[in-house]
Amino acid sequence: MRPSKIIAVLILAASDVGAAPWNNPYPAADATANVYYDSFEERPKHLDPARSYAENEGQIIGQIYEPPLQYHYLRRPYELVPLTVREVPTPVYLDADGRELPADAPADRVARSVYRFRLKAGIRFQPHPALARDARGGFLYHALASADLGAMHALSDLPVGGTRELVAADYVYEIKRLADPAVASPIAGLMFEHIVGLREYAERLRRLGAEARASGNGGFLDLREHDFEGARVIDRYTWEVTIIGKYPQFLYWQAMTFFAPMPWEADRFHAQSGLTERNITLDWFPIGTGPYMLTENNPNRRMVLVRNPNFRGERYPADGEMEDGPAGLLADAGKPMPFVDRAVYSLETESIPRWSKFLQGYYDISGIPSDSFDQAVQYTTTGATLTEEMQRRGIGLLTAVSASTSYVGFNMLDPVVGGDGERARKLRRAIAIAVDTEEYISIFRNARGVASQGPIPPGLFGARDGEASINPYVYTWANGQPLRRTLEEARRLLAEAGYPGGRDPASGRALVLYFDTSASGPDSRSMLDWWRKQFDKLGIQLVVRDSDFNRFQDKLARGNAQLFQIGWNADYPDPENFLFLLAGSQAKVRYGGENAANYSNPEFDRLFEQMRNMDNSPERQRIIDGMVEIARRDGPWLWGFHPIGYTLMHSWYANAKPNLMARNTLKYVRVDPGLRAERRKQWNAPIWQPLAWFAVILAAGLLPAILAYRRRLRATAL
Amino acid sequence: MTAYIIRRCLYAVPILIGVNLVTFWLFFFVNTPDDMARLALGAKHVTPEMVTSWKQQHGYDRPPFFNATARGTGKLTETLFYRKSLRLFVLDFGSSDGGRDIGHDVGQRMGPSLAIAVPTLLIALVVEVGIALLIVMFRASYIDLFALVTCIVLMSISLLFYVIGGQYLIGKVWRLAPISGFGYGVDAWRFAALPVFIGIIGGMGAGVRVYRAYFLEEEGRDFVRTARAKGLTDGAVLFRHVLGNAMIPVLTGLVVVLPSLFLGSLIMESFFGVPGLGSYTIEAIQNQDFAIVRAMVFLGSVLYVLGLLLTDISYTLVDPRVRLG
Repeated sequence: MRPSKIIAVLILAASDVGAAPWNNPYPAADATANVYYDSFEERPKHLDPARSYAENEGQIIGQIYEPPLQYHYLRRPYELVPLTVREVPTPVYLDADGRELPADAPADRVARSVYRFRLKAGIRFQPHPALARDARGGFLYHALASADLGAMHALSDLPVGGTRELVAADYVYEIKRLADPAVASPIAGLMFEHIVGLREYAERLRRLGAEARASGNGGFLDLREHDFEGARVIDRYTWEVTIIGKYPQFLYWQAMTFFAPMPWEADRFHAQSGLTERNITLDWFPIGTGPYMLTENNPNRRMVLVRNPNFRGERYPADGEMEDGPAGLLADAGKPMPFVDRAVYSLETESIPRWSKFLQGYYDISGIPSDSFDQAVQYTTTGATLTEEMQRRGIGLLTAVSASTSYVGFNMLDPVVGGDGERARKLRRAIAIAVDTEEYISIFRNARGVASQGPIPPGLFGARDGEASINPYVYTWANGQPLRRTLEEARRLLAEAGYPGGRDPASGRALVLYFDTSASGPDSRSMLDWWRKQFDKLGIQLVVRDSDFNRFQDKLARGNAQLFQIGWNADYPDPENFLFLLAGSQAKVRYGGENAANYSNPEFDRLFEQMRNMDNSPERQRIIDGMVEIARRDGPWLWGFHPIGYTLMHSWYANAKPNLMARNTLKYVRVDPGLRAERRKQWNAPIWQPLAWFAVILAAGLLPAILAYRRRLRATAL
Repeated sequence: MTAYIIRRCLYAVPILIGVNLVTFWLFFFVNTPDDMARLALGAKHVTPEMVTSWKQQHGYDRPPFFNATARGTGKLTETLFYRKSLRLFVLDFGSSDGGRDIGHDVGQRMGPSLAIAVPTLLIALVVEVGIALLIVMFRASYIDLFALVTCIVLMSISLLFYVIGGQYLIGKVWRLAPISGFGYGVDAWRFAALPVFIGIIGGMGAGVRVYRAYFLEEEGRDFVRTARAKGLTDGAVLFRHVLGNAMIPVLTGLVVVLPSLFLGSLIMESFFGVPGLGSYTIEAIQNQDFAIVRAMVFLGSVLYVLGLLLTDISYTLVDPRVRLG
């Protein structure tokens, strides 16, 4: 290259450098593009809707796959609304003889519930090679020879994409996939309990799958040819799902991607031999009807969603809560969604760079790392507010109590802390008073949590407000807020339980209790010390047994844990999804269920069966109140806390409202790319002086050496 | 030399079999397939049938060494050891527990690892050798003392500190480079600059000390004294004679780490978001994907053995006195 050309290139490079901040991790051309920038901490394991269960996976596939229902973005309490169907279906109840029952029929008379879904017409799949056809109508890529595959390692290597209309059969196909052992859906076991004939269907598929594999057909099993009673196509736009008994919570599952449509063509396409070996699987390349499609899936670096050109269009909600209007959340009411053209999710495994890049404006929203919490949030008499630095940058804060609970369970099968006797109950109650959950939240969670008063998180149906909300066995109500009972009271209860001063009369020594946790490592050390101190207040010696995830699960399954730390994230916003954790029918040791405390109270169980199938009503609330009272009295858990999620967003990010249930929230997001570009430039002007100083220091260090060297060269030997 | 190389390759086989057996025992007996299944499936709604199904899908339902129910050679090949461990010898890494082709992923991720590791190694070599020569030139002076103290200070600081401090100062406060990320093509240098710079600074203390020791050893030899007696300048003595003769330990030290460059750096790649093999291993450990971890352990041992072999060969190239037989 000629020197003049080199100079020209350097000038061009320098001018480009001047145009964009040096620390900009994105191409300069995207500076004012309508793009949403976010990060992900961990590679999503599954993008197949039948397999994906984790929140970070939902962040991606929630924008691609469309189940029949969705949660209203703005209304609270959470409300299901149609997504691809014309209305939220109303179940038809049938008795054991197949006769229709009235809508208010008691649950014990209902043998089956039939849900009929009516699909909107005209919805189309994103462009995808699996749907591509040639001029004669045959599928272009359903019979790929090994020569066609060549060096293919991505779907984009197949140039032609096709589409077709979404039909009811696609939804039924996905329900069938849930049962397919080859798919290994995490909710298969749960759905066996609810969808008529699904368990038997899974057995049938296991047999048929083995035969298909043996036949060398690439393992493809065309589920269209194998029907079952529980999910049936009625016509092009209608399908029915039949449920065993009454299970109103089934509708909540219809807002999860497990029940999103899957075109049979995609299954057929991916079953071709050679594709899996090239990492082209349904678990890696989703195919949906939603507002976005995944065009770049490199979870080692970034994942990119772009607008689905075939998206039918959907309008921003026109109503919400009272405060949504003044908060500007209805400014886009009725406008077509999605608002952003592209969403770029970058891999950011460490919290420090993620946080720094958010502050530089390279991510539009962020959580708050524990180490940087004080930099972002301060507590005043009015509660949590942003620090001056954050306010100066125009950053906004959203908080929301999660639909989850973190608790310490007592193993009710344990002879010391378990059982239904008054003595054990008082021991548990004494411990519940002594363990200062508020202190725990303050120290280990940066106050990001609310002490639990029972199993149901605030904001969900069934939870109470104010004085009615408190657990009277642990708290009193004073000055308009819950006040933990005194340590003296805890000590009195402990003495009544037969352990005066924490002494075990049998041994004459301090009562020893065992605390199992999967939290291990240096980071957890201080937290485990804190737990020891809480028990020490009562004179009880706490022995911490930390174990890895599998050993911990083993101990729970065998009932070998005495006290154990565990949590639960709700699948759907219904109190049943928390109260079932205490149902006798879910006892871990006996039934392998989710009731890790193995709590069993016949009255609680009776009320649970009554409540679980009811619609929300004052009567249901009354029953829940009774259940919560029984659980509080028996105290099988130290109720722990419900985490509060803190989210920060920049001034250019609009329509932010926490929706803990919905995963398909990207379509509501609007950004102002112009403002963002301006702020980035303002915040990221490079500081050159350190480089100049570095050069000066280097020269200052070298100069004496050079001088000394020259002196030595000139010096004579004698 | 060919015979020597063949012999060394044959010696490597029992070593690799040993590594293979130990990792097999660790991954299939200490951590059973049931454990892997439960980790992969999570804690919610997991039933024993799902665990069984997961094992079948991932081929973990076979017996470890001998399959009595299979026919013919299947008794040995339809086993966990053959399917999951023995195939590693032909670099058939199989599929990850997430269903991805490990061989393809390894190939994809070697590039980014090398994009950081090679410039770091080469620039660090030049800088460290240069500084070490300078120190040797001014040995027993205030420059030597100052450099030694600085080297010890640099060596005493953890790499993690350099990474976090570098990201904070250069990326956040001075805004001279992206804090993390990775680019391809012409954009790559912007992302590589900071990790390369930090890698150089992080290894400088130890590198300079080592090279200084090599050069000082040569400095005291007779041929150096002779060269000086002939009236050669310090520069000529150092660059022509000291450096030339110290190249044996320098090069052999360099060659032994060459294969491991492919594996990347766990800390650097994780903090800088480099999609290399270091972060691949870290992610696999975090995701409990033992198929990947097994493959990376085996690959690491192969490359280590290869590094030792290359070191021996490089002796013969830089020192004509050495004969491998």
